[in-house]
Amino acid sequence: MLKVQGHPNRLGVRGWAVGGRWGLERYLYTLHRLTGVGLILYLLLHILVTSSRAFGQAAWEAAMGRVSGPVFHAGEYLVFAAFAFHAMNGIRLVLVELGFGVGKPIEPVYPYKTSVDFQRSLAVGSLVLAGVLLVLGTLDFFVLD
Amino acid sequence: MSDAKQILYRVRRYDPARDGAPRWQDFTIPRTPGMTVLDGLWTIKQTLDATLAWRASCRMGVCGSCGMLVNGRPRLACNTQVSELGADVVALAPLPNFDIIRDLVPDLAPAFDAHQALMPFIVREDVQERENPTGEFGQSAEELEHYLQFSYCIKCGCCMAACPTYATDPSYSGPMPLAQAHRYNADTRDEGFRNRKETLAGERGPWRCHFAGECSRVCPKGVDPAKAIQLMKRELVLDYLRLRRAHASAPVAPKPKDGKRRPDVPDAPARTV
Repeated sequence: MLKVQGHPNRLGVRGWAVGGRWGLERYLYTLHRLTGVGLILYLLLHILVTSSRAFGQAAWEAAMGRVSGPVFHAGEYLVFAAFAFHAMNGIRLVLVELGFGVGKPIEPVYPYKTSVDFQRSLAVGSLVLAGVLLVLGTLDFFVLD
Repeated sequence: MSDAKQILYRVRRYDPARDGAPRWQDFTIPRTPGMTVLDGLWTIKQTLDATLAWRASCRMGVCGSCGMLVNGRPRLACNTQVSELGADVVALAPLPNFDIIRDLVPDLAPAFDAHQALMPFIVREDVQERENPTGEFGQSAEELEHYLQFSYCIKCGCCMAACPTYATDPSYSGPMPLAQAHRYNADTRDEGFRNRKETLAGERGPWRCHFAGECSRVCPKGVDPAKAIQLMKRELVLDYLRLRRAHASAPVAPKPKDGKRRPDVPDAPARTV
């Protein structure tokens, strides 16, 4: 294959948001990645805080004291919101990536109906379930607490 | 959108011999009924700037040469009417995620390399029959439907430009090559699943796809690469679990016994290779 030295034009992270028709599933894709990164960062913080128990009761209480303010409480709520979305959307992705809900190969006749249309009810359903989880979590965090 | 008789084309220009980086250039041209984006490019080249470069051939959405970013979306210039854009400005840029060779010409070689690596052809174990065929491999209409949709791909690169994973990960094969791998895996005449699995199981395979769905939205031929990739993932998982039922290889179809040759149909020319 002929090799040509062209001008780089790869979108990079911008490609998560631009370059297509901005469908719902693209936003879910981006949000899934962002919430995934957020949950990993929380996990690291969680391990860091709980590992302080290995250094004695005083170290543990000091660490817990540092993360007990309103800022961290709000942060925990955001972690829960990220979990609610990531878990429900993750279930949709497992189903879709195993070929469920995307439909069978069809004769493409314009206007085209694609696998994105076939699985749309799954996408909406996962968002509704994430919303229900979020409402329950909100009640637990701010009302029943 | 106004009913103006002029239309503004805003074109991304890049001349490797002169420009350090791509730049925008505006052209105002007459707007005509039924005008396609490609028609406007020809008008610019014929009347305003003969140096403007892009790829095009068939003008009817078959060859896949004129894929470009039209008002922010990957489309075929020949298949897109200016009126359907609903805008007074037509902004044209080369397909992203590929290096720019010049103006609106992307370097699609990486996509073709990935395509080639996944063996987009019928692989048979009976090499003798493949190299010296004695007849056609039989296939039912139902078996044809398993891959026909994916065989309409014209390799225009629009799906690759729209894929957010390919935007950040050049090692990922991308929607076009992967959809074509499934097109052949699902073909009952093919026996190449084991060979393609070597590539599909690695980082170039379908596991980086998480169903943003943009490839299927922008495909100008309704090929639905996202569907092909998800169906292929299922096959790979079932194969890993040893639950995949491989299709029986299509045998050579028997020749009809009672048919008579029409006298007005000439013989096929002699083989040249």
